[in-house]
Amino acid sequence: MSPDHMIWISLALPLLAVGLIAFFGKTPDLRDGASGTIAGLLFIVTASLSIGVFSGERPELHLGEMLPGFEIAFRVEPLGMLFALVASGLWILTTAYAVGYMRGHHELHQTRFFACFAIAIFAALAAAFSANLFTLFVAYEVMTISTYPLVTHHGTEEAKRGGRIYLGILLSTSIAFFMLAIVWTWSLAGTLDFKLGGILSDAVAEDRISQTGLGVLIGLFAFGIGKAALMPFHRWLPAAMVAPTPVSALLHAVAVVKVGVFSVMKVCVYIFGLELLRETGVSLYLAYVAGFTLVVASLVAMTKDNLKARLAYSTIGQLAYITLGAMLATPNSVIGGGMHIAMHAVGKITLFFCAGAIYVAAHKKNISDMEGLGRKMPFTFAAFLIASVSIIGLPPGGGAWSKWFLAVGTVETHQYLLTAALMVSSLLNIAYLVPIPIRAFMKPKSGSPDEPVQETGGWFANLQEAPALCVVPLCVTAIGSVALFFAAEWIYQALLPITMMPS
Amino acid sequence: MIDAIYAHLPILLIVLPLVAAPCCVLVGNGRAAYLLALVVSFLTFACSIVLLGEALDHDVIRYELGNWSPPYGIEYRVDIFSGFVMAFVSGIGAIVLVYAPLSVRDEIPASKHYLFYATYLLCMTGLLGMCVTGDLFNVFVFLEISSLSSYALISLGRTRRAPLAAFQYLILGSIGATFILIGIGLLYQMTGTLNMADIAARVPHEHGPRTVLVAFAFLTVGLCVKMAVFPLHTWLPNAYTYAPSVVTCFIAATATKVSVYAFVRIIFGIITPGFAFDVLPLDTELMLFSLVGIFIASTAAIYQDNVKRLLAYSSVAQIGYMLLGISMATPTGLSGGIVHMFNHALIKGGLFMVAGCFALRLGSVQLSDWKGAGRTMPFTALAWAIGGLALIGVPLTAGFISKWLLLTSAFETGRWPIAVLMLLSSLLAVVYVWRVVETLFFSEPSEAAANATEAPLRMLVPTYVLIGATLLFGVWTPYSAGIARQAAIALLGGTP
Amino acid sequence: MTLESIAGLYNYWVVIFLMMTGFYIVLARKNLIKSVIGLNIFQTSVFLLYITMGKVDHGTAPIVPPAIAAEQAHAAHGTTEAGHAAVGHAALEHAETAQGLAHDVAHNLADDAISHGSELAHASTEIIYSNPLPSVLMLTAIVVGIATTALALALVVRIREDYGTVDEERILELDRGE
Repeated sequence: MSPDHMIWISLALPLLAVGLIAFFGKTPDLRDGASGTIAGLLFIVTASLSIGVFSGERPELHLGEMLPGFEIAFRVEPLGMLFALVASGLWILTTAYAVGYMRGHHELHQTRFFACFAIAIFAALAAAFSANLFTLFVAYEVMTISTYPLVTHHGTEEAKRGGRIYLGILLSTSIAFFMLAIVWTWSLAGTLDFKLGGILSDAVAEDRISQTGLGVLIGLFAFGIGKAALMPFHRWLPAAMVAPTPVSALLHAVAVVKVGVFSVMKVCVYIFGLELLRETGVSLYLAYVAGFTLVVASLVAMTKDNLKARLAYSTIGQLAYITLGAMLATPNSVIGGGMHIAMHAVGKITLFFCAGAIYVAAHKKNISDMEGLGRKMPFTFAAFLIASVSIIGLPPGGGAWSKWFLAVGTVETHQYLLTAALMVSSLLNIAYLVPIPIRAFMKPKSGSPDEPVQETGGWFANLQEAPALCVVPLCVTAIGSVALFFAAEWIYQALLPITMMPS
Repeated sequence: MIDAIYAHLPILLIVLPLVAAPCCVLVGNGRAAYLLALVVSFLTFACSIVLLGEALDHDVIRYELGNWSPPYGIEYRVDIFSGFVMAFVSGIGAIVLVYAPLSVRDEIPASKHYLFYATYLLCMTGLLGMCVTGDLFNVFVFLEISSLSSYALISLGRTRRAPLAAFQYLILGSIGATFILIGIGLLYQMTGTLNMADIAARVPHEHGPRTVLVAFAFLTVGLCVKMAVFPLHTWLPNAYTYAPSVVTCFIAATATKVSVYAFVRIIFGIITPGFAFDVLPLDTELMLFSLVGIFIASTAAIYQDNVKRLLAYSSVAQIGYMLLGISMATPTGLSGGIVHMFNHALIKGGLFMVAGCFALRLGSVQLSDWKGAGRTMPFTALAWAIGGLALIGVPLTAGFISKWLLLTSAFETGRWPIAVLMLLSSLLAVVYVWRVVETLFFSEPSEAAANATEAPLRMLVPTYVLIGATLLFGVWTPYSAGIARQAAIALLGGTP
Repeated sequence: MTLESIAGLYNYWVVIFLMMTGFYIVLARKNLIKSVIGLNIFQTSVFLLYITMGKVDHGTAPIVPPAIAAEQAHAAHGTTEAGHAAVGHAALEHAETAQGLAHDVAHNLADDAISHGSELAHASTEIIYSNPLPSVLMLTAIVVGIATTALALALVVRIREDYGTVDEERILELDRGE
C-alpha cells in the first residue's frame, strides 16, 4: 500500500464510519462497535503513514480542480502528520469515553451525535493533510458546520443560544476575514499551495504589497481563523461548553481548536514563510495580542466556578501560546508551538474527561462542590493532577518542553515582555488548576448530612467512580501526557524540517 | 427528418411552448394541460441543451426567421451565453413543472388549472425568446410576452393581495418596458436597423449625437426595473410573496436572470464596455447601487416574518452581486456574474420550492408557523439548510464558486473595498438563513408543525434535484463556471 | 437653438408633453383606473415617437405604385422575394438620408437582390417613400399595449371585487386593518 493510497483511506475511514453509524443507528452496540473499530483502524493507518512522512516522504493526493488554478488536494507534511496522529489517536479514546458518558447519562439522539462526530474527525484529517489554503478552508468550514449539531445537542434554549454564538463567531470571522485573506493571497501569489518558505516572497520583492499590507494580511488570517480563539474572537469557546462533555473534550480541546491554531501555523510557515515574517517583523504585533490573550484568559479562568467554563478559558490561554509561537516565527518558537498542539491536546482532553466523569458519577459541575470528592474518585482526580502539571508546563508533564521552546523563542527575538507574560501565565495556570485536585483530596466532604461517612468496608468500597469506559480513557491520556515528556526529542526531530529553508 | 429538425431547433424552442399554450386552453382540462405542458417543457429543455452543445462545439448558430436574411428579417442567434441562459431557464421551467401539480391543486382553483399551465408556457416562451433573438425589437416583444403572462400568474395567488401585487408589478413593469421601447426607438433612429449585431456595428459612440446616450439611459433604466435593481425593486417583494408557490419558484429563478441577460447583451453587445465603463461612469454607478442594494435588501430580509418575502429581499440583494460582477468587465468578474445567474437560479428555485413544500403541509409561509417543523419534516428542512448554506456561499456549494470569482476579480481590478463589503454582506445572509434554520430545528413545534407529515415525494424529489445541483455545481464547474468563462471571453471580444 | 429649430421639432415636443403627462398620472394618481389611463397615455406618446421618426419629408405611403408594380411583375418574374427586399431596403436608405446619417449599407444587400433589384431600386428612388418599419413596429406595440390594458383592467375588476374600492390608499388601509 503506497502512502498516496493511505491518504485517501484515512480520509475515507471517518466517512465510512458515518455511513455505518447511520446504518446501525437502531442497534447501539453495533453502532458504537463500528465507530470504535474504525477509529482504531484509522489510527493504524495514520501511524503507518507517519513513519514515511517523518523520514522525509511527502505523499500527495489530488482530487481534481474545481476552478482553474485551485483544487482539492492533499499533501502530508510533518506538522499536519503530527496533528492527524493526535486527532486520530484521541478519537479512539474519546469514542470509548463517549460511549460510557452518553449511555451513563442517557442522552438522546446518540446516532446523530456519533455521526457528526465522525464528520468532524474527517474534517480534522482533511485540514491536517491539506495541500493548499483552499482545501484547508473547505475542511475548516465543514468542521464548523458539522460540529454545530453537537454544540446544540441538548436542543434547549441555552444550547440554542450557545450554538448561535458558536456559529455566529466562527462563520462570520471565517467569511469576513479568512476568506478575504485567501482571496488577497490568491491575487498576490496566483496560487494557494502550501510551500516551504512561503508563496508571498515574490509579491513582496516586486513591491506589490507594502509592509502595512502584509501586517493587515496576517492579521486577517490570525483573526479570521476564529477557531484559534485569539481575543477578542474567543467568546464562541465558552459558549460551546453547553455541549455534552465528550464533545467539549475532543472538539474543544483537540479537533476544533487545534484546527484553528494548526491553520495559523500552516499559514505562517507555508504561506508567509518564517524568514519573511522574521525579516519584516509584521507578525510581532500579533504575538503581543497572543501574549495579552494568554494572560487575560488565565485571569478570567480563575474567576470561573463552573469547571468546564474554567477549562474553556484555560484552553483560550493555551491556544494563544501556540499562536504566539507561530507569530514569533523563530525555529524554536515554531517547534514549541507545534509541540504544544500535541502536548496541550493530550493534557486538556484528560481534564475534560475528568470533568465529564465527575458529572456522570457525582453530578457536580461547580468546583466549589467538589471538595472532598477526591476520596471517592481517586483515579479521576489523580489524572486531573497529572494533566494539570503538563498543562502548567512542569516536568514530568509534556507541556514542559513546548513551553520551554516557546520561552526560548521569546528570548531569541528579545521580546522579554512576552517572556514575562509566559511566566505570569504559568503561575496563573498553577493557581487555577492545582487547587481543584488538592482540595478534592485534602478537604473533607463538606455539609452532606444525608451521606454518613463510611468508615467500614475499606478503601475500595468507598469508590464511586464513573463507569469504567469513562475512567480508563482518562487514565490512559493522563499517562500519555507524561509519556510525551519523554517523546519530546522525537517530536522535535519530526518537526525540524518545517523550520528549514527550502534547499 | 432529423436533420430538418436539427436545422430548425432555434425556432422550435419558441414555437413548441407557444403553440402548446393555446392547445392547453383548447384541451380545457387541467390534467391533460399539465401533461402537455410537462412534455413540451422537457422537449424545450432538450432543444436548448442540444443548442448549447452546438454553440460550444462550433460557433454561433444563426437562424433566419422565414428565410428573410437580416437585417430585413429577424435573426435568431444562439451563442454560448444565450445557450447557457436558455438551458437553465428551460431546465428550471421543466423541473418546476414536475414539482407543480400538488402545489397547484392546493393553491389554485381547479377550474383555472388549464389556464395556469397555458400561461406558464407563454411565460416560458417569452423568457426563452428574449434569449434566442438577435433582434432588438423582438426582445421587447418577448419581454412583454413573459411579463404579461407573469402578471397573470402572480394574480392567481390565494390571497386578495395577489391581484394588487400583480397590478403594481404591471404598472412598474410596463413603465420599464416602455422605457426599453423608447431606447430601442432612439437606437433605431440613429442606426436604421434593429438587428443587434448591426446596431453594434453602426452606433456612433464617442462624439456621437446625444440621442445615443439618451437611448442607453432609457434602456438601462428600463432593464433595471425588470431586473429589480435597488431602488427600482419595489415591485418584487410583493409579487414574489403573494404569487402561488409554483409561480414564485419559476419567476424568481428565471425572470430577473433573463433581464440580466438582456442587460449584459446590450452593454457588451451594443454599448460596448469601453464606452459604458470608461467613457460613461456606468460601472461606478452600478457598483454603488448594487452594494447599497445588497446591504439594504439583506438587512430588510433579516426582519421579515414571511419566508417568501425574506427570500424575495434576498433575491434583490443577489441581483446586486450579479451586477457587481458585470460592472467589473473583466473575464473573471463577468464570468462570476454570469455563473451567479445560474447558481442563484438553482439556489433560489430550490429554496422557494422548500417554501412551497412547507406551504402545502403547514398552510402558511409565516416563520412563526414553521416552528419546529424540522422534526416532522426533516428532509424538507434539511433542503432549506443546504440551500441556505449555498446562498451564504459556503465552500462546496455553488454559491461559493460565484462568490469566489467575484471576489478575485474585485482584487484583480484593485477594488478591494468591494471585496470587503461583499464578504460583510454575506454575514447578513448568514443571519437571515440561520433565523429560519433555528426556527425549524430548535423551536417547540407549533400545532400545525407537530401534526405535519413530510412533504410528498413528488415535490421533494424536484426540490432535491435543484438543491443537489447546487452541491454538484459547487465542486464540479466545467459546465457552470467553465461555460460562463467562455461566454464572458466571447462577450469581451475574444481576448482573455 | 433658434426658434425655427424648436418649432421644427414640434413632434418631439408633443411626444415629451404626452410622455410626461402620462408618467405623472401613473405615479401621482391613487385611483387604479386612472393609473391605467396614465399608462396608456405614456405608451401612446412612444407610438407617436416611432411613427414620426418614420416620416420622410414629402414622402408618400410606402406602397409601390401600380405602374411600377406591373413593370416589376414583368421584369423580375419569379424573383418577387428579391424585389421586396430591395424595395424595403431602398425605403430604409431614405429614412437614413433624411436623418442626415450616412451609412455604408451596401454590405447588407443580399447578393441575389443586387442584380435583380438595382434597376427597380432605381425606379423607386424617383418616388420618395416614408419608412414603413416604425409603423409596423407600432402595430405590434399597440397590440402589446392593448393586452396590457386589458390585463390591468381585469386585475382592477378583481381588486374591486375583493376590496370594494379602486382607491389604492383605501386598499392599503384595508390591508393594514386586517
